[in-house]
Amino acid sequence: MMETLEPLLVEHPFLKGLDQKHIQLITGCASNVRFDSGQIIFREGEEADQFYIIRQGKVALQIYTPGRGSIIIDTLTDGEVLGWSWLIPPYQWRFDAVATELTRAIALDGKCLRNKCEADHDLGYELLKRFSSIVESRLESTRIRLLDIYDSNGNG
Amino acid sequence: MTATETDRTAVMNTFSDMMPEFFRIVRTQKNTHDTFTIELEPPSKIFSFEPGQFNMLYHFGEVPISICGDPADRGKLVHTIRAVGTVTRALQKLKKGDAIGIRGPFGTHWPVNESFGSDIMIIAGGIGLPPLRPSIYHILANREKYGKVVLLYGTRTPEDILYRKELELWRSRFDMEVHITVDRASSDWKGNVGVVTTLIPRSHFDPLNTVAMLVGPEIMMRFTVQELQKRGVAAENIYISMERNMKCGVGFCGHCQCGPTFICKDGPVYPYPAIKDVFVKREI
Repeated sequence: MMETLEPLLVEHPFLKGLDQKHIQLITGCASNVRFDSGQIIFREGEEADQFYIIRQGKVALQIYTPGRGSIIIDTLTDGEVLGWSWLIPPYQWRFDAVATELTRAIALDGKCLRNKCEADHDLGYELLKRFSSIVESRLESTRIRLLDIYDSNGNG
Repeated sequence: MTATETDRTAVMNTFSDMMPEFFRIVRTQKNTHDTFTIELEPPSKIFSFEPGQFNMLYHFGEVPISICGDPADRGKLVHTIRAVGTVTRALQKLKKGDAIGIRGPFGTHWPVNESFGSDIMIIAGGIGLPPLRPSIYHILANREKYGKVVLLYGTRTPEDILYRKELELWRSRFDMEVHITVDRASSDWKGNVGVVTTLIPRSHFDPLNTVAMLVGPEIMMRFTVQELQKRGVAAENIYISMERNMKCGVGFCGHCQCGPTFICKDGPVYPYPAIKDVFVKREI
């Protein structure tokens, strides 16, 4: 039986290459979670007190729009990270997150991690570098979608 | 020019380059709200082409349309067409038994035979799937000659997905990986949402031994090339199919000139290094 989540965290792409001592600090804020298909992980406006490292499964990020219902704006799957609102005031979720299939993840306590990052700026810098990379790629993805590239151009 | 490039140069059929032949429609099918497929019977009962080539379709005007049927099935010609302009809308109204003019096949083709032994990444965006379908048929017909085969396909919404039944069939195979994503969807969609580039890190392939074939809007292909290169796929192993205002189909008229190249004659399928200036230089 596995006693800590450290081996899983070490192997996860998001944390790969992190110092052993930082992994240990993060492990202290980690817990194993699972969500059934259809289960809501968090809702817009709720306190963003955690983020999730997805081990297996699929999560849809949704936004509710009056008259149109919930629209999926992104999906996340194995090896990806769900949530960065825990890092930025006012620490509230901006979207809903729903598991669209059985999802296993590691939940990391945001408040616990924020305190550790304040105490150990090297850890804070390492985590910010990793989150910046995620934010950059999701921003790029959003910008491409804003172009509506599959729209027809009216020729032919 | 390398031997591989020589092999990929345009293969002309026995039909005249400039004079359309009349093919009769034997079947029509609506694919999505704006996309349809027509199956045609060649007058000579035989039509040969290589995966990636296109025809000029004549019906109150002419349009270049990629061939999307099985290259092994020489008894019929298949085109999937998006109704976006005068000619394609007129084509959409045709029924079984009607005839249209065909010139072709024109252009270069996908390096399907040159890629034996490699992993294959096929990446399509929107109406970019039909030009790749012949190469999928060819690869699956010769499956044992390739490594891993991955198909990534992105569309605007779930309703815009082409060839649903075939995609389901391909996804159910144990020797092919298929990932589909859409730009937006309502909450009842169980698949992926996001741009097609986000599927690349989720796929299983050996970047050092992979040949990638891409078709889609140029912006999509630009970002896809970047992502593939970031993963370690060599530029010379990335092939893209270009689309321009092709008119004559044989490099005479210059409508499709793109820098030093004529898309209809030197393309539409290029190894990325041969056409990368188009992606980085403006006003070409």
